Amino acid sequence: MSDPQALDTFSGADAADLATTETGERQRKPRSLWGDAWIQLRRKPMFYISGVIIVVVALMAAVPDLFTSRPADFNNLDFASQPPSASAWFGYSFQGYDIWARAVHGARATLLVGIFATLITVLIGSLMGIIAGFYGRFVDAFLSRFGDIFAGLPFVLGAIVILTTFNPPGSEPSGTAILVQVILSISVLSWPVSMRIMRSATIVAKQLDYVKAARALGASTRRIIFRHMLPNTVAPVLVYATIALGAFIAVEATLAYLGIGVRPPVVSWGVMINDGKDYVQNSPHELLFPAGLVTITVLAFVMLGDAVRDALDPKSR
Amino acid sequence: MSTVYDGERGEFVAGEEQATAPLLEVEDLRVEFRTNDGVAKVLNGVSYHVNAGETLAVLGESGSGKSVTAQTVMGILDTPPAVVLGGHVRFHGEDLLAARPTRRMEVRGAGIAMIFQDALSALNPVFTVGFQIAEQLRVRRGLTKAEARKGAIDLLDLVRIPHAGQRFRSYPHEFSGGMRQRAMIAMSLALDPELLIADEPTTALDVTVQAQIMDLLRDIQRERDMGLILITHDLGVVAEVADRIAVMYAGRIVEQADVYSLFRTPAHPYTEALLQSLPRLDLKGQELKAIKGLPPSLAHIPSGCPFHPRCPRVAARCSQEVPAYRRVADGRFSACHFAEELIPRG
Repeated sequence: MSDPQALDTFSGADAADLATTETGERQRKPRSLWGDAWIQLRRKPMFYISGVIIVVVALMAAVPDLFTSRPADFNNLDFASQPPSASAWFGYSFQGYDIWARAVHGARATLLVGIFATLITVLIGSLMGIIAGFYGRFVDAFLSRFGDIFAGLPFVLGAIVILTTFNPPGSEPSGTAILVQVILSISVLSWPVSMRIMRSATIVAKQLDYVKAARALGASTRRIIFRHMLPNTVAPVLVYATIALGAFIAVEATLAYLGIGVRPPVVSWGVMINDGKDYVQNSPHELLFPAGLVTITVLAFVMLGDAVRDALDPKSR
Repeated sequence: MSTVYDGERGEFVAGEEQATAPLLEVEDLRVEFRTNDGVAKVLNGVSYHVNAGETLAVLGESGSGKSVTAQTVMGILDTPPAVVLGGHVRFHGEDLLAARPTRRMEVRGAGIAMIFQDALSALNPVFTVGFQIAEQLRVRRGLTKAEARKGAIDLLDLVRIPHAGQRFRSYPHEFSGGMRQRAMIAMSLALDPELLIADEPTTALDVTVQAQIMDLLRDIQRERDMGLILITHDLGVVAEVADRIAVMYAGRIVEQADVYSLFRTPAHPYTEALLQSLPRLDLKGQELKAIKGLPPSLAHIPSGCPFHPRCPRVAARCSQEVPAYRRVADGRFSACHFAEELIPRG
């Protein structure tokens, strides 16, 4: 280095470097996208709060007996509409069900519908969106119009058509069958939303220089899509997923109300909300407790999604 | 110089020594952009060549086709809207435009690599700089994680990034502009390319950093005997590092010569005008000579010589006849009807 100017700048860079080593101390471990996101997550109180709620709800779904000794269909009409008490924390319903016991047992169906419908929706939608956005032109036109067909169907009407086709009135579908059908009909009708989100994120990312640079350095198409673009396009879909999860739990409740979704003997929070909504004036706890559980669960997932999205963006660190 | 392009015969002929294929040979490249608003003729027969260890500067204003030529060579042009109408890109004599996509992919990075103007957007924001360099080594060279990491740190060292071991774990946005461009260079050097295309590597940087980056590129090029195509509109940069210069205007090469000849006696009025538009120390206090008019729209390139509406030496035939790109002196090419008159004989 003969250039004194250059020497000068280098020592400047050195000083700046020394300053950053202090802060670098905390991040000793090798940095990678997911590893760093994890380290980042562990510093966020929001992650712990939402994590605890989700774990508790998941435990309810997996081993309900941990939380209550009564079965879901514990029923005693003598207690009909009694408010919360020591023996039944959430009170009794109009039909004499123990709402706490029923809610604990209902977590499984609710969570299954919410999580699986979201997963399927986001996976199918993202894949379609990334293909449409990356290849553009004919592929994009075809996939987008194909998605429009499903997006154009009114949601409730579409679900009614699908579910009544599979279960004509009078039929008695098994608990598992109806759960799977509800999950699939929600997924089929809502994947175009995540497709559109992913498609537009992909179109934006595709035009950025780093995609061109990756190509110029010899990366394959698959590698460019999944390695270089996906981590940059996943954030908006992730946010949508957390919102969708809550919406799907509500949709499950709507379908149950219409009598075409999850139905007794399967219990879900949606079923309970529908049972309780007619008695809201006399015994509001019948509606408020299951509705509150839905709200808290959805909130936990939204908070988790938010925290994950922040953690995945290196610039927010 | 092993071969020179003979414009009149439209082929490469042996120069002083026996003909060997140059490292990269671009011949009569024609590209147009087809959009809803019409067709833009972006490249109208571009020819140049680079030998190993040689620096070719491609000079021209925005929209003259410098970057499009480079992207066509790399095969990273967005098609559509771009359509390659014809021409050849020969790398070690192998026509890349006719090669299979998998072969092209092999050449990218390992044979020909490219660095971009804006290093911040050319680096993936969600990965550390080190990871992006190491990834090349892992995926293309099959190195283990630890080997790739070491290789990447060596490369960061090579491009003179201080504390490379720590900087390995930094994200692109944590780097300064100059450091990013260094990282970009390190990334492009990962697979030991024989040819490096630098697309305005210093345009986004301030002057002192520009000088450092150019020094770095020159040193690395000499060390590795690498071919270097330097795309720029900065005449100062060109004068310092280039061996030969190709001047582009409206999708054509209008002049090609070695640096000394070009700066001393430009053989095209456009080059002459460019040189006159530079501020000069010995002409302090005088008004700068700008080139009058605007660069032509590529959708409506003027008839005849595309430069004739702006040319101070314009004559009647200029608006009718397209001047041939031809050899006008030893190692000098020009596309001007009056090129021979511009170069003093002897």
